[in-house]
Amino acid sequence: MLSQHDIQEAEQSGHQVYSVYVFEAPLRAWHWVNALLMVILAVSGYLIGKPLPTLTGEAADHYMMGYVRFVHFIAAYLFAAGLVARLYWAFVGNRHARQIFLLPFADKTWWREVLFELRWYLFLESTPKKYLGHNPMALLMMFFFFTVLAFGMTLTGFGLYVEFTGAGGVGDFLFGWVVPLLGGSQQTHMWHRLGMWFMMSFAVLHVYAAIREEVLSKHSLISTMISGWRMFKD
Amino acid sequence: MTETFYEVLRRQGITRRSFLKFCSLTATSLGLSAAAMPKIAQALETKPRTPVLWLHGLECTCCSESFIRSAHPLTRDVVLSMLSLDYDDTLMAAAGHQAEAIIEMVKEKYRGNYLVAVEGNPPLNNDGMFCIQGGRPFVEKLKETCADAKAIIAWGSCASYGCVQAARPNPTRATPIDKVITGKPIINVPGCPPIAEVMTGVVTYMLTFDRIPELDRQKRPKMFYGQRIHDKCYRRGHFDAGQFVEAWDDESAKKGFCLYKMGCKGPSTYNACSSMRWNGGVSWPVQSGHGCLGCSEDGFWDRGSFYDHVTGIHQFGIEADADTIGGAVAIGTGAAIAAHAAVTVLSRIRSGRQVQETAAETAP
Repeated sequence: MLSQHDIQEAEQSGHQVYSVYVFEAPLRAWHWVNALLMVILAVSGYLIGKPLPTLTGEAADHYMMGYVRFVHFIAAYLFAAGLVARLYWAFVGNRHARQIFLLPFADKTWWREVLFELRWYLFLESTPKKYLGHNPMALLMMFFFFTVLAFGMTLTGFGLYVEFTGAGGVGDFLFGWVVPLLGGSQQTHMWHRLGMWFMMSFAVLHVYAAIREEVLSKHSLISTMISGWRMFKD
Repeated sequence: MTETFYEVLRRQGITRRSFLKFCSLTATSLGLSAAAMPKIAQALETKPRTPVLWLHGLECTCCSESFIRSAHPLTRDVVLSMLSLDYDDTLMAAAGHQAEAIIEMVKEKYRGNYLVAVEGNPPLNNDGMFCIQGGRPFVEKLKETCADAKAIIAWGSCASYGCVQAARPNPTRATPIDKVITGKPIINVPGCPPIAEVMTGVVTYMLTFDRIPELDRQKRPKMFYGQRIHDKCYRRGHFDAGQFVEAWDDESAKKGFCLYKMGCKGPSTYNACSSMRWNGGVSWPVQSGHGCLGCSEDGFWDRGSFYDHVTGIHQFGIEADADTIGGAVAIGTGAAIAAHAAVTVLSRIRSGRQVQETAAETAP
């Protein structure tokens, strides 16, 4: 129950708010778990390539790289499993669940909206548009710097992982072709690491854009990924 | 088809006891069970020697140098006898037309039943004029010799991947064997040079079992190139513990910690150095305190510094690696975001003021 004073204030200055349920619970859960995993993977992965300062004493007393790699591999398995689950949800979930996998490349209006969003981010438009799902510009970024990149990282990652599980196993059968395709182990390491930097750059951009749109646009953004409801504020 | 291997050995004064010792040693080094030893002995006793034509293209002869130093003296003797090495520019007595005639003779007599071992590779630019043998381009000689061969062994990184003569910008267009010869079984035995026992091991396997060893996706024998240096490295424990050499003369270097941070290519190099070692098991690069250069990997000359395990990226015109480029992208993104946020805030303040001003103007 609102207090008398609050009801008065709401009547005087409140906006009508419409809400639409956009993101379903599994998708939201995946988003946040995925975000956490990406941070864990980036940090542990960085430390695999550029390890912490050396430890002294007996080798038997430490297992530093072992732990770092363990964390990386467990997180990577979860990340890959999440990606598969997310792909499954694209089939059974609502139409917004399909957005980051299928871009409407043939849709001219969509391209016009991409252009509009570009103008909006370049301060050439004064009022932002509202979207039920992702904004087209964000979607374009997500598709190339998350969807495509995430599969690329999973493939290169498992390609490197099966190097030490050995030739001839199931892992080698599934991912053993990746390393020779990219011209050797070292090249694969290089692409995997470069991919990490691009993914992190995207993540930073993504967070910035989300906060900015939450403040400036006329609909909810971050809370939508928490509650699932898109609120239109006017 | 004259003598068997065994007859040749006995003729050279090798006792049956030594012969059997060699057989069991070979079975062990090939990773076979004890039951394989009599099979090897049986094969060597009954099979005629297979002729081998050993060709030299653009190369430095380090493969030959390694090969003739095959650790066990007996192995060396046996393999040199086993092979019936009918043609090898650097080892044979014949020269000139006599030497070249041997190739024709073997091709004629053992059609489809001889091995070609190639050390080095053919340059293809200017019709192959950068490597002339017997008055004509090596690439022609290679193609003709391989035409009737049973199988081809590509010795070393040159023949397998191109090695230093194929390094950027590869002015002569030196080309690995499997890009020139098609339709024949090719065994890549990379390394600069390959380990002597790996070379003799591959040959022994092929002669014993009359088939080529199981190969991986890059046509390397799995038994020697199935694992990375890193997987069997005796310093691996220090890697897992997080104990690294940070400078060539630090305390960790003296203690023999992992050379990962000094650019050891062990984690990305497939070879048998860490298990078989060099010069009869005396030592190998990591044991002597220096990281692996990755000499048995494709294009190892073009992968940046030998002392940096993060690969160099050349596409940007400058020496850079994934971290410098990736870091620059990340910092650039951060800077762009900061600038964008600042402009956003400024334009908000300005438009806010405008709203206030219009509100003030329209106010009664």
